[in-house]
Amino acid sequence: MSAYCGQYHDELIANASYIGTPGKGILAADESTGTIGKRLASINVENVEENRRALRELLFCTPGALQYLSGAILFEETLYQKTANGKPFVEVLKEGGVLPGIKVDKGTIELAGTNGETTTQGHDDLGKRCKKYYEAGARFAKWRAVLKIGPNEPSQLSINANADGLARYAIICQENGLVPIVEPEILVDGPHDIKKCADVTERVLAACYKALNDHHVLLEGTLLKPNMVTPGSESAKVAPEVIAEHTVRALQRTVPAAVPAIVFLSGGQSEEEATLNLNAMNKLKGKKPWSLSFSFGRALQQSTLKAWAGKEGNIDKARTAFLARCKANSEATLGTYKGDAAGGEGVSESLHVKDYKY
Amino acid sequence: MSAFVGKYADELIRTAKYIATPGKGILAADESTGTIGKRLSSINVENTEPNRQALRELLFTTFDALPSISGVILFEETLYQKTSAGKPFVDVLADNKVIPGIKVDKGIVELAGTNGETTTQGFDSLGARCQQYYKAGARFAKWRAVLKIGPTEPSELAIQQNAQGLARYAIICQENGLVPIVEPEILTDGNHDIKKCAAVTETVLAAVYKALNDHHVLLEGTLLKPNMVTPGSDSPKVAPAVVAEYTVGALRRTVPPAVPGIVFLSGGQSEEDATLNLNAMNKLGVLKPWTLSFSFGRALQQSTIKKWSGKKENVPSAQAAFLARCKANSEATLGKYAGCAADAAASESLYVKDYKY
Repeated sequence: MSAYCGQYHDELIANASYIGTPGKGILAADESTGTIGKRLASINVENVEENRRALRELLFCTPGALQYLSGAILFEETLYQKTANGKPFVEVLKEGGVLPGIKVDKGTIELAGTNGETTTQGHDDLGKRCKKYYEAGARFAKWRAVLKIGPNEPSQLSINANADGLARYAIICQENGLVPIVEPEILVDGPHDIKKCADVTERVLAACYKALNDHHVLLEGTLLKPNMVTPGSESAKVAPEVIAEHTVRALQRTVPAAVPAIVFLSGGQSEEEATLNLNAMNKLKGKKPWSLSFSFGRALQQSTLKAWAGKEGNIDKARTAFLARCKANSEATLGTYKGDAAGGEGVSESLHVKDYKY
Repeated sequence: MSAFVGKYADELIRTAKYIATPGKGILAADESTGTIGKRLSSINVENTEPNRQALRELLFTTFDALPSISGVILFEETLYQKTSAGKPFVDVLADNKVIPGIKVDKGIVELAGTNGETTTQGFDSLGARCQQYYKAGARFAKWRAVLKIGPTEPSELAIQQNAQGLARYAIICQENGLVPIVEPEILTDGNHDIKKCAAVTETVLAAVYKALNDHHVLLEGTLLKPNMVTPGSDSPKVAPAVVAEYTVGALRRTVPPAVPGIVFLSGGQSEEDATLNLNAMNKLGVLKPWTLSFSFGRALQQSTIKKWSGKKENVPSAQAAFLARCKANSEATLGKYAGCAADAAASESLYVKDYKY
């Protein structure tokens, strides 16, 4: 058999397709407890469950924001949390037409004998956990593989191990009703130019799609979450049109048309950069048989977090910032963003942290 | 470096794109001397150079047919032949905007330890030969890899060897200015159903595109020549719409959008079946980021050869038959074929068990 044909076949295809609806994208709100702690620390907020819950309520209950979202990735804790009024977050999202998703990996660990390269863990009992998450209302999952560019990186071992890990995760998700988002992130760290990033991205994506085929993954029921193709963090920046050209070309060379949507990660880009780059891609003429959208974490939440600063009195201000970014990115998926959200506070601030650990 | 960007990169991209022009397709006239001999003997014509030359002249001077043809694959002998008036075939083709191509493989050899599976040879001095062919006017090449479906076939060895072979051939072509047609033919022989053919086709194509990526092949400067996805030859036939659905589905799962065109082989299909299937694919309302066209040998020439029977006085009616098939397939690439070019010969199955080229 070539591709998965089990009980969830039609549902996976419908959900993946829905997430790729033009004008919509994904809010990546799946920061682990440790990671969200860093965000909260940056605004002097204590990393306790109530604060984590309050932040997510701020986001999910922003009036008018959910129409711009097709999915929200959650951390396990959040999947079971509720609003202050006692309404489960998954219900809030579903009522707003937003599919709940769940981060299912358990972080990266180093590959012995490499120069700090990693693979991702989380396969043990993954099927059982997916089943549970499906019962709790999740309909898609996310698993982050990480690669880096260096003189000898990414190594063939790293490429193979991460591609295989992604494929194994993907089929287990599909067997249990969750659309797998396939995320092979190539970190932006380094002095390399955009051509190098394009080269590595093409090789990594080719390996991913070969592995997905080997594992009988139903491509029509998956999403891809890649890095955009950009110069390294220590290299000179280039215009959004250049990023768009290199990114779309890399995808044309590697991503089969059966994949309904590509939802970019923002890496360390500022909110505004990420939006401008996505917009440029959607304005580009050329063959794009998949929709191009966003799955942003920092690039949707940064200015919102700053505006909130943990204070209830700032909620409206914070929600205004969040709505502005959601709307801007929605327009970017249609190639109609005019840059009018550029005035927000902190939107042009780089979010790059060297050797970023989630 | 990810993909080849040598001196021929722009030309390769332009040539591949031209060959993939909607409304046009490829005439596969690259039968080796041995194979064309079988065709000629089926109409009681001796396999001599003048007869081989006469057949190809008949085809290439059907001038009204040439607007439907973007490229012709030639055998080496034909690349250097002329019309009876002394005009080189490559010039006749160029005058009519038909790009000459050249078969560069040297046939298949068995893989020891398998159940009759094969790999394709032809690498020795391939670069030098491509350079020579480029000088003679060729601008694309073709290399046929063959796989089969069986209880344990295709084996991982057969898939890997053929995928690697195609990728190595492809990059050597690009280094020397020829657009490589990548042809991983999965034979129809067998009693398997269409789902099995689809599964095997997807597995094989995934391996092929991984190998092309490994070898830094510039996909925008290639074409794919796959089998259509059909039931096995010993299984009941299905409607063209079903062939279309499975074929396009398999290609959407494996062929990157960077590939400009897919030019199907006809395998053992009758002329009419091949055209109807191609037409159905182009009518399918699903997103297809490459053009879908033809690279037909038997399915363009069968009734033409029969009408000719080696006799000069039959040339006009033979050319009329050829024109009819060319037009029909041109329409099929646009999804506009109305099915009226059929006569008895056109509906005749061209299937030969365990076909050897």
